[in-house]
Formats: sequence, structure tokens, C-alpha cells
Amino acid sequence: MSTRALRFLTAGSVDDGKSTLIGRLVFDSRAILADQLDALERRAAGMPIDLSLLTDGLEAEREQGITIDVAFRYFATRARKFIIADAPGHEQYTRNMVTAAAGSDAAVVLVDVTKLDWRTRPESGPIALLAQTRRHALLAHLLRVPNIVFAVNKLDAVNQPGRAFATVSEALQAFAIEAGLDVSAIVPVSALRGDNIAQPAAGDWQAWYRGPSLLQVLEALPAADESHGGPLAMPLQYIAKDDGGTGHQLRTLWGRIAQGRVNVGDTVQVFPSGERAEVVALRRAGQAVGSAEAGQSAGLVLDRQLDVSRGDWVGTPGTLASTQRFCATLAWLDTEPAAIGRKYWLRHGNRWVQGRIASMEHVLDIHTLAPTDAHQLAVNEIGRVIIETQQPLPLQRYADNRVGGALIVVDATSNRTSGALLVEGLA
Amino acid sequence: MNARISIEKLLPELDHGHVDHLEEEAIFFLREVAASFERPALLFSGGKDSCVVLRLAEKAFKQRIQGDRFKGRLPFPLLHVDTGHNFPEVIAFRDHRVAEMGERLVIGHLDDSIARGTVRLSHALESRNGHQTVALLEAIEQHSFDALIGGARRDEEKARAKERVFSHRDSFGQWQPKEQRPELWTLFNTRHRPGEHFRSFPISNWTELDVWLYIARENIPLPGLYFSHAREVVRRRGLLVPVTAVTPPEAGETVETAQVRFRTVGDMTCTCPVESDAASAAEIVAETLTVTASERGATRMDDRTSDASMERRKKEGYF
Repeated sequence: MSTRALRFLTAGSVDDGKSTLIGRLVFDSRAILADQLDALERRAAGMPIDLSLLTDGLEAEREQGITIDVAFRYFATRARKFIIADAPGHEQYTRNMVTAAAGSDAAVVLVDVTKLDWRTRPESGPIALLAQTRRHALLAHLLRVPNIVFAVNKLDAVNQPGRAFATVSEALQAFAIEAGLDVSAIVPVSALRGDNIAQPAAGDWQAWYRGPSLLQVLEALPAADESHGGPLAMPLQYIAKDDGGTGHQLRTLWGRIAQGRVNVGDTVQVFPSGERAEVVALRRAGQAVGSAEAGQSAGLVLDRQLDVSRGDWVGTPGTLASTQRFCATLAWLDTEPAAIGRKYWLRHGNRWVQGRIASMEHVLDIHTLAPTDAHQLAVNEIGRVIIETQQPLPLQRYADNRVGGALIVVDATSNRTSGALLVEGLA
Repeated sequence: MNARISIEKLLPELDHGHVDHLEEEAIFFLREVAASFERPALLFSGGKDSCVVLRLAEKAFKQRIQGDRFKGRLPFPLLHVDTGHNFPEVIAFRDHRVAEMGERLVIGHLDDSIARGTVRLSHALESRNGHQTVALLEAIEQHSFDALIGGARRDEEKARAKERVFSHRDSFGQWQPKEQRPELWTLFNTRHRPGEHFRSFPISNWTELDVWLYIARENIPLPGLYFSHAREVVRRRGLLVPVTAVTPPEAGETVETAQVRFRTVGDMTCTCPVESDAASAAEIVAETLTVTASERGATRMDDRTSDASMERRKKEGYF
């Protein structure tokens, strides 16, 4: 079984029942504790407990009745540990969803069945979905979250849940085909009653649904792949200044392997210097090892002293690209709009470089992903841009490797994290 | 004291493979701190979470020679803010561990802040927990620390559920929850101006259970008060309040001796034990699996004042 926790984001708008769903997941898995429950019972004053209040965060949020920021929640079943990145669904949705999606293994997109006209399916084809459902799913797809799950919620509130679920499922499937989404599952639930969340559907629901519960779907999802195949690519994170107790005269070069594997005896090449050396020893947390692979941090001791520093890369000779101009998807997160030609700090791997937006190809309509012309990118907008950097970088396409293809954009004046870049192609 | 072998025996069905990934991640974060900052420090109080972070730091920067002994030196000093109201056995444990490891410990004394007049107590036995912030920020300024590594976890409390792994503090040491930088992948934005600093939380994604599993697995030494022992307590508003020089019984209260252990260890004036017979980390894991009160709720008087008390303290620069 997979031992890594599955990290998933939950996407939905206010009133979709997202908070209730998360409350239900942590409640049913007993991750909610008695004193938190006490606080809820006090607030409920005799009424049924409102599970959505479990995800209540900051005082500032309660005052405004909204959630401001991504919150992380933890729960575990016998089979797996889970981390929920809970992205609030209001106007800051793009910024929060981008934050939650970076590094997530799955997205659970909530669909509120009571907001859909499932009773009057047109002869010509499936019913229309809400714009927000399309938007959430398309964003997850654009950010390449590996698994997308639709949870069709509030089926307790309709009088023909089987028919409603079938009609909505048909529409979701048609949309997935149209948009090129890979959908892992479509699951009927009632977050309010807890139907088909942890335990598979019982009672009436069995007449029309015999599939897995939402939690069973999540337990079975694969975590995002580490790129074990392909040549070695490792961004250097930390160059130990002393020998770290090893007795080696040479420094240990630490980094987390982005792709491939490394063995003692391998010849590696350093980017950007191009120098080659042989790996004479490898370390993992405090111990000597013979090899290490993608996803693991390793310390390399080379057979000669090279001029290397944090931000350099170590790779299989002749395999690391060198790029100063590339095409990327840019998600803008800063209230100050993205400006063409202005210098920003970019971080790729462990290297900070100066860079600028050389040109803007288009802005995506967030509801349809249709491109439209633009010369500026405002907060929560996503566009396609050409980036130029002051120094060459060993970039990969984000679709091929998350580490090699992701960058952040930082405002050089305010130091705010202003944008996220996903490399699409090397221009 | 920690029964390492018994964890599998005690809980054969318990899968703790995910702890390997948590360890991997935490070590990665620690090296990131060492590489990104000029003058980091690791907060070490002798508390269990800081003991875990310290072991992770040993693994990140040292070489294991045998058993639990490591060679080499951490690339940063340890820092403790001593309220003057800490449990004496915890302070003794802290000093013993520091000497054993040969690391450098910087201590910020709250009593010094009181002497300077930057902290004023309303009465002599007032809880000093909230005042730690002043001594902490003064230590940061005095030593020009630009990053502090702490053992806070997101599962502890809801204000912490929104905390970043690398969290920016302005030049007054304040946390601005609405201005938090989005944290994308592990591309941390650690850029800051002189006088500003960062807090880094390498065990953000751990739960209390993970911490105890790791302590049991790694045989991490802890102060004795984490394990079941007999202690004089009084029962006050649903909490067991330890009887100490700074927390005497109130009029009409009956002192009794109970079999207890501490789940968190902080200032004596605000930390309470729970009744327990768990005498090893493995037994605590077993107990944690069946526990029904959250870690801070059962033990911390300071968090009970209001639903948002942690958020307010955090904004002011508290850990």
C-alpha cells in the first residue's frame, strides 16, 4: 500500500456544502476532538451540530463570515493518512486554488445538485452545469492535479436522487470529454447526512448506486508520481560547510532528486558550469547509502572539488537543457497587476534569477479556458506568457516534471509572491 | 524509558510508513532554512515537539555514528526563552541534552525583560506565558536572528491550520494572517528586508500521533514528566492543576496525588497534566489513538480564554 499521505484539495463555492463535507470527513474519521465538539455544541444550543463550523478558521474570518486563506486539515483512516488543502471559494478563488493545487495529488470538486435543472434534461443532450463547476475543474486540470473527483452533493435534498445523480453524471462526463479532463470518479454524497462519505451508500441509495464511497475512492487514488525514470536531475539545496562528521575532506552537496536516480560510482555533470565528477559517496538522513531516487534528499560527495553553489543542478551528463526564454502559463496572485517588461525575481528549483515577461500571448477566460487578447494580467487571472531570464535555467515542461517546470514570481519591491509559472514549452 | 521494541508488539496493525515521508519532508525544510538564512536558530525548550525537531536536525546535518549518537555540529545555535516559571526538571533535561550534544544554547530570560522594564507583570504569580513574546523578540533583535525554527504543528489549533511552513514576520515581529505569502510547491519565498525575520515549522504536517510514533521509533529522550508519574494536583474547572511554588492551591481546594503525565510542557502557570498510566512512548501512542480531547484543549489554560486566543497571540509574535 502507499504510505505517503494523499494530499487533496477541495474546490467548491459558498453554499456547495464544502465545509460540511470536510467537517464530515474529519468527524467520521474521529479526527475531531471532544473539546472542539464541545465548542460546537455550545454554539448549536440544542440544534443539530453544524459540522461546517469545524473548518472555521481565524477570528477575522468569522467576523466577515468568509474564509480568507487555504487551511490544512489532517485525518486518517486505517488505510491511509490524508491532508486536505481547503481552498475557500469566494472571489480570491484562483489565488487560493493555485496555492492548494500546487503539490496536491487530487482535487475533489463539489457539485451542488440542488442548483441544477436535472428534471428537464433536453432531448438534444446533457443538462448545463454551473459555471463554477466548470471553472474549478478546469483550474485543477490546468494546474495538472493528477486526479479529479466530482462529488455530487445534497442528494438528500432532492426527491429522486437516483435520477438526479444519473442526469448530473451524464453532464459531468460530457463536459470531461469536451474539456479533455481525466476524471477519476463521480460520487454521489450527502455531506449533511453523511451518506456515501465514509461508508458506502445504504438503504434506498443502493437501488441506483453500488459504487464506492467518497472515502473509498480517496483511499484508492494513486499519489502523484515521482519521476523515477529518465536521467538524473537534482537541484542543489544546501552545500554543507563542514564535513558533517563524515571525515571526508570534500563537501557534501545536498539536494532533493527531481528526476531519476543516482548511485555511488556514477559520473554526473554540474549545471551551469558543465564540470563532470564521479560520485564517491552518498548520504541520506545521517547515514551512508549506495543509491537514492526521485523524491528523496541525498548528499553527494564527489571525487573532486568543484565550484558549485546552491541553485546549481547535478544531472546525468549531457541531459540538462539550458534555457533563457520560455513559454509558460502564469497564474497571477498579486493585487498589483503583472507588468510586461518589469523585472521580477523568479525562483526555479533553488535558484533565484531575475526575469521579465517579454510578451503576453493571451489571457484565459477562467470559465471556459478560451484565450482572449490581453496586455495585462490582474489578480486571479491566468494567461500564457513568454518569459526571459537573466541567466540560463535547466527547465523542463511542467507536464514532464513538476520540479523542473515550476517557478514562482516575486515582486522585487514588495517581496510578495506575485505569480506561479508552469513551463509549457521552451521558446 | 521509551520502549522502542514494543511499538510493533503493542500495535501490530498500525502502519507508520507515512512517518518516513514526514521525516524526509522535515529534513528537507531544515536544510532549506540553513541554506536560505544568514543567522537561523532552533527553538529548543526541552518540550517533546522541539526534541523531535532537534533529532530531525541531527539527521539533517550530522552523521550517525552508532545508536542515537551523532557526530558533527548543527549549523545554527539553539534558542530557549526561559520564563523563569519552567518546570525545573525540564530545564535540567534541556541543559543535559545540550551538553551531551555539544551544541550552543542561547537563553533569553524573561526575568531580564522584567528587569529592563519591557515586561511588566500585573501581579507576581501572573502567568508568564503571554509575556514570552517580548523576551523572544528581544532575543531575536539582540542576536540578529533572521529565522527561527519551531515545532508548531497545524493540527494543534485552528489559527495554526493556516500557518505556512515558512512564515514571514515584519520588523515588529508580527504575523499578518491576511498578508501571508502563497506557498507554492516547495518554492519558498524567503526574501525579506533587514530587521524582518521568518519562522519555519518543519513538522507542520505532523499530528500529535505522528510525533509520538516518531519518538517511540527513534527512541528520542524526553523529560520524565511526559510519562506517567505521581504528582500533587488540584481539580479546577475540569483541569488537573499541578501544585507548584507558583501555582499553589486556592482556598477550599483539596490537594490530591494523581497518576498523571503532561501532553504539552510549557510555563508552569498554564500547563496541566492528564491522568494516565502510560509510561512509555509506545503506550502513549496507544493512548493517543483512543483519546477524545485535543492536545491543547485538555492541558492549556491560556487557550481557554477565547476561541481566538492563539490567533491573537500569534499576531503579536508568539510562537
